[in-house]
Amino acid sequence: MNVLYSLLLVLALVVIPLIGAGALGWHTLFGVIIPVFAVLVFVAGFIYRVMDWGRSAVPFRIPTTGGQQQTLSWIKPSKLDNPTTTAGTVGRMALEILLFRSLFRNTRTQLTQGPKLSYGSSKWLWLGAIAFHYSFFIILARHMRFFTEPVPLPFEWLDKLDGILQIGVPTLYMTEFVILAALAYLFLRRVVVPQLRYISLPADYFPLFLILAIVISGVLMRYFIRTDIMDIKTLTMGLATLNFTVPENIGVIFYIHVFLVAALLVYFPMSKLMHSGGVFLSPTRNLANNNRMKRHINPWNHPVKTHPYEEWEDEYREQLKEAGLPVEKE
Amino acid sequence: MSKLPAADTLAASIEYTPPRTPWMEVPAEFRPGVYSYPANPKNLKILDFPNPRQWAPEDDDWKLPENWQEIIYEGFQERLHKYRSLKVFMDVCVRCGACADKCHYFIGSGDPKNMPVLRAELLRSVYRRDFTMVGKILKSLSGSRELTVDVIKEWFMYFYQCSECRRCSLFCPYGIDTAEITMMGRELLNLLGLNINWIMEPVANCFKVGNHLGIPPHTFKDIVEFMCEDIEDITGIKIDPPMNKKGAEILFVTPSGDYFADPGTYTFMGYLMLFHELGLDYTMSAYASEGGNFGLFTSAEAMKRLNAKIYAEAKRLGVKWILGGECGHMWRVINQYMDTMNGPADFMDVPRNPLTGTVFSNARSTKMVHITEFTADLIKNKILNLDPGRNDHLKVTYHDSCNPARAMGLLEEPRYVIQNVCNNFYEMPEQTIREQTFCCGSGSGLNNEEFMEMRLRGGMPRANAVKHVHEKYGVNMLSCICAIDRAALPPLMQYWVPGVDVTGVHELVANALVMRGEKERETDLRGEPLPGKEG
Repeated sequence: MNVLYSLLLVLALVVIPLIGAGALGWHTLFGVIIPVFAVLVFVAGFIYRVMDWGRSAVPFRIPTTGGQQQTLSWIKPSKLDNPTTTAGTVGRMALEILLFRSLFRNTRTQLTQGPKLSYGSSKWLWLGAIAFHYSFFIILARHMRFFTEPVPLPFEWLDKLDGILQIGVPTLYMTEFVILAALAYLFLRRVVVPQLRYISLPADYFPLFLILAIVISGVLMRYFIRTDIMDIKTLTMGLATLNFTVPENIGVIFYIHVFLVAALLVYFPMSKLMHSGGVFLSPTRNLANNNRMKRHINPWNHPVKTHPYEEWEDEYREQLKEAGLPVEKE
Repeated sequence: MSKLPAADTLAASIEYTPPRTPWMEVPAEFRPGVYSYPANPKNLKILDFPNPRQWAPEDDDWKLPENWQEIIYEGFQERLHKYRSLKVFMDVCVRCGACADKCHYFIGSGDPKNMPVLRAELLRSVYRRDFTMVGKILKSLSGSRELTVDVIKEWFMYFYQCSECRRCSLFCPYGIDTAEITMMGRELLNLLGLNINWIMEPVANCFKVGNHLGIPPHTFKDIVEFMCEDIEDITGIKIDPPMNKKGAEILFVTPSGDYFADPGTYTFMGYLMLFHELGLDYTMSAYASEGGNFGLFTSAEAMKRLNAKIYAEAKRLGVKWILGGECGHMWRVINQYMDTMNGPADFMDVPRNPLTGTVFSNARSTKMVHITEFTADLIKNKILNLDPGRNDHLKVTYHDSCNPARAMGLLEEPRYVIQNVCNNFYEMPEQTIREQTFCCGSGSGLNNEEFMEMRLRGGMPRANAVKHVHEKYGVNMLSCICAIDRAALPPLMQYWVPGVDVTGVHELVANALVMRGEKERETDLRGEPLPGKEG
């Protein structure tokens, strides 16, 4: 059911521009107003969410330590998995954010007769996640050529690199295959693995379908339902320079693609996709394990009721004396 | 325990495929063996905790305060503001499932709500409805739900089926730490007076008397004297450990489990023998007679209240630094909370080993050193006269306790010590040790008798790894640096791997330690004949 809801929701998101920009011809609404609105919502929403997290206190320094601590000079500490310095912590975060270090540790538990438990290496999720995120990133960067004139060299290079196989006209991008395969894998494991199916919410399927729909509409536009790319660039440059223009002959497929992207941008800040911002703020990763070296301050460290020694001695004075233990007051 | 099936039957009955019914529609089922008994009201009264009363999880009516929903809502709100960890962890989970099979309770029970992701969803589902816009608009489509009494019952079940071991957080791509989620869940439950006696009694005892077991000062002294008699019988050396001594250089603090029951007592004897041999200027305290801190399993406030004693006593006695014994969660508190909560400890010096001159600059702020750091330094500097042959009847493996491993990174020090006092040391498989270590199944205050079925289930991954080295190398001794381990691992071994005993590291040290003026030892600390002295 969760799968079906999400799929229907994404199909509805396809139908809206199909009618609005296609049948009704509201090109300015779908080409300018909605995209600009979506970008504003995304930027404001993203900033709001991160600042909202930032408003909450970090009372304790609680890194999950993944290696040897720094102690005696002759014991080699694990500088990245158990950092004590800022540099080490930045390194740990970089590994986490750029290479998905923790996911790379993944194992698969198997229980067999005996009983015997074994923990096999399991890197598929890591591979799928890396493939998805990096191809998404490259595709995003490639699209910058629609918003820049002249196109800066790095974007040109990325475009060339992505099409390096030189197959077909226009040249096929590798990332399109990679992201489709990765999305298919990420979806299939959710429906095939029983535990994952059990924990998956519509909020897990919906973004997968939405991004899939964005990729498919993009692929259709590039290879099958062609529409004039110069007209598109005129429109997108208009968006980038706030000098809005809506050329007449842009196909409805473009408006579908843009509307889906707009939906993703609006959905992003209120969804689990905010993990992209949250990963930077995770207190088990972004703090050094140097508590015994440097005191961490808790902004709300209020006083608590304790049982001071004096009271305790009052309660046990006779027994203390009898046992020959020293007391403060006779 | 008698009701439990044989080990292999139990293992064969574990089913990892979840049921067809969605988890929100499966109510928590309280049957003997999977939950802990509620706190005795007298313990809550000692601590001024809310809603002290008699109640039972199997009852329909849990006698919650009338405005319980409001209490939870406000408590949640407050904690979202006080803990960024909670707020971020509520928001960023993508349910990738990497954590699912990392939890020992899931591995041993197959209950899907023991998958860390679902344990957190128990809170998240309520969070979404009350604290997010999407949840308010989309209702159940966003995975949110009403806060009902059944939800509270589910929280009680599963936040007391988590040992806060942090293994899942190691594998989480965002570092979501279920220990943190469970701690928040338990804090919220505590607001309604929902807590377990195995935690609240130690907290009340520790607050009032000085240690979890409620051992009063004169009895503490008697116990120590009794152990000294045993030491004299075995070594011929008379020890008189100082207690509440002002002006000592070092305050020694260890969990009360170490002086209460076997095999922890042998470890305690090991400390005393080591300190005597070194001529260390130290003292114990009958007031701060507890290193462990079951407050950690209750609330940040309870933890702070209990922990305050250690610095207060160090100040009163005028010591220069503090040495801490072998304990797991105690060291999570010392490493990650103590200085922040009850510091600064600016009235003490940076710890310095008086025998080697080594300055423990890693503890320069907290001023507290772990005993295996201390002993490793002694061994490295060849201060100790050791005869590892005395441990030759043992084939030893080492269980990393969760907290020293994943909330500290104390991995090499105990291994270095063990390998210098034992000739036969074998590691368990790498996915079950060091930072990937498995919980004993009884951590975070769950080492009570009535919870035995879940303890044995949760301990299965640890026991299975021991079984591997038991069968492969003949390992017969499981060493550890945690008092809860020393209490919890023996029944676990008995059930899954008969023939393996449990020891603290300093018991092994004391057996190998050749003390000046000692008589020829016939037995180890347990009274078992030493190798070559049999029959």
